[in-house]
Amino acid sequence: MKLSTYNFLTSMAIKGVKVGYPLKLRITKKDLVESEFNPTFIERLLPKLDWSAVHAAAQQAELADDIPAEQPENIAENELLMQKLHHLLFEIDVLEGEMECPETGRVFPITDGIPNMLLNEDEV
Amino acid sequence: MTKLWKKYILWFAQEHVDFRVAEFESIVNLFGLKFRHLSQQLLNPFWLVEFPSDEQALQYASRSIALRSIMELYAHGHKMPEFHEQLKTHVQTNGQQLEAFFKAETFKVTVETYNKHFSQKEKVAKIESMDYLPIEGDVNLKNPTVEWWYLEFYGLDPTAVPATADDIIFGRVLAQGQRHLIKELSLKTRKFIGNTSMDAQLSLLMANQAKVCDGDLVFDPFVGTGSLLVSAAKFGGYVLGSDIDFMMLHARCRPSRISQKVRDKDESIRANLKQYGCEQRYMDVLVADFSNPLWHNRISFDSIITDPPYGIREATEKVESKHNPKDVTRTADMVHYPSTSHYALPHLYRDLLDFAAKYLRLGGRLVCWFPFHREDYNEAILPQHTHLRLVANSEQILAGNTARRLLTYEKYLEYSEETAQQSPSEDAVETTDFRERYFNTNGALETRTVRRMRKAEQREQGRREMELRGKQPVDVRAQKCDLNKARFD
Repeated sequence: MKLSTYNFLTSMAIKGVKVGYPLKLRITKKDLVESEFNPTFIERLLPKLDWSAVHAAAQQAELADDIPAEQPENIAENELLMQKLHHLLFEIDVLEGEMECPETGRVFPITDGIPNMLLNEDEV
Repeated sequence: MTKLWKKYILWFAQEHVDFRVAEFESIVNLFGLKFRHLSQQLLNPFWLVEFPSDEQALQYASRSIALRSIMELYAHGHKMPEFHEQLKTHVQTNGQQLEAFFKAETFKVTVETYNKHFSQKEKVAKIESMDYLPIEGDVNLKNPTVEWWYLEFYGLDPTAVPATADDIIFGRVLAQGQRHLIKELSLKTRKFIGNTSMDAQLSLLMANQAKVCDGDLVFDPFVGTGSLLVSAAKFGGYVLGSDIDFMMLHARCRPSRISQKVRDKDESIRANLKQYGCEQRYMDVLVADFSNPLWHNRISFDSIITDPPYGIREATEKVESKHNPKDVTRTADMVHYPSTSHYALPHLYRDLLDFAAKYLRLGGRLVCWFPFHREDYNEAILPQHTHLRLVANSEQILAGNTARRLLTYEKYLEYSEETAQQSPSEDAVETTDFRERYFNTNGALETRTVRRMRKAEQREQGRREMELRGKQPVDVRAQKCDLNKARFD
């Protein structure tokens, strides 16, 4: 799972959960997949991102130094930060790990890089 | 300033004819091309079209899957003398522009006939009838600098071939369409496929319908083996998918190739994209149930391309608790597979359109298949949504009495709580399920649940009789579990 995908996942499908965001991420095994820097794609994605979840992901991926806690202005003009965001969001692949619902503590496992967001029938 | 329109011949493959117009409109719309139709017979394998420039014509050819090649039109006649007259006039009046082509080092003339066969000798005679053309170069059939193209069209009906050609056309080949991609992405050579993988041609057509272009975010909520993501990624989209089937996404389901006994370790949707050199466009796939909300409302997709399960070869299911007649004792450490129930097609499509209305960007497109029985068809059975406009609708006929339509919707209204309330959320139209009709063609209607209960009853009775005869019943469930485990190791 890429950390850009993580930024949009919620657990609001669980019965009784209102927001279910951001999920608490834990990484046990990750991989690095090099990919081409595509500034237009990141620029289009930027306004959709939730910065607190970006920051949380950076801490889990041991890249906390690269990403400031507060969202800086004019990111698009900051080439270096864009490169770092690209690295964080698209090049880190979580192979094994889990995500936890902030409200119920329900854990969604990630195996072989594929998160399992499926709920049991008594949870929906 | 008046634009200098130029005339072109679009030469199509005569396959999936109903998709041709929709594809043309989508590509024109994608690049913002201007055009004028010269011929009105849209079912013919050739169209005569005007574009303002070669550049626009090439842009069209750079995406079209239906197109075989595009030619610059020199002459078009219905009778031989008229045709030759036109060609001569065209060469005389445009002498300067055409000079470079006639003086090119090597050339080739392709003679094409539609609905009639010409022998090689006849074809050569056709070429020689145009000996007034001031061609100076040598013939090179393999690698010509310039290629000319001559067509005689004898109508579409093979049982009534006219004595003389209806249309005679001559032009210079400008570019080929993208039909080479069909072979390149062929399922025959693809790493990971399943029972319901979409064939390369149709999935490429779908990507064109969705107007996928570089840097788009494309989503497939019923991803399966990712066959639709392949074509979307090929056109530059970043692809994301989800599916309820865990075994499928982990490529641990039964192989669908007859020659293959077990799945390879490295089969996956990502491996497919890697095979075609677009691994960088792979975002993620996740195991999730489409009927439950998963995405944060900040995300917006540029397009949603999907082929939902029809309930025939791939089950339509969603996670739902149901009354279980069997008394199962569960322990906490036991592996539990969520119980799923039938996801009725009308509900599935209502959810899909609602999802698209919510998560597409304004102007983004939803492209999906819709199965139906041909005798039932009328516009009213098509799913509708107040925020989506149906922009294209092409039919592919399937086995028996069934067919499916490729529906293309465009979002034209921003979604908000207020606008959503105007839309009729629960429509009373409860059409008969596609699956039910499919398996009950003679009208003996038995609902899914009733049939399932009946079958279970039969099994139960069989088991009792077995016990009476003193045989040990086989635990099918345990067998299945073991098989699944074995596939995973």
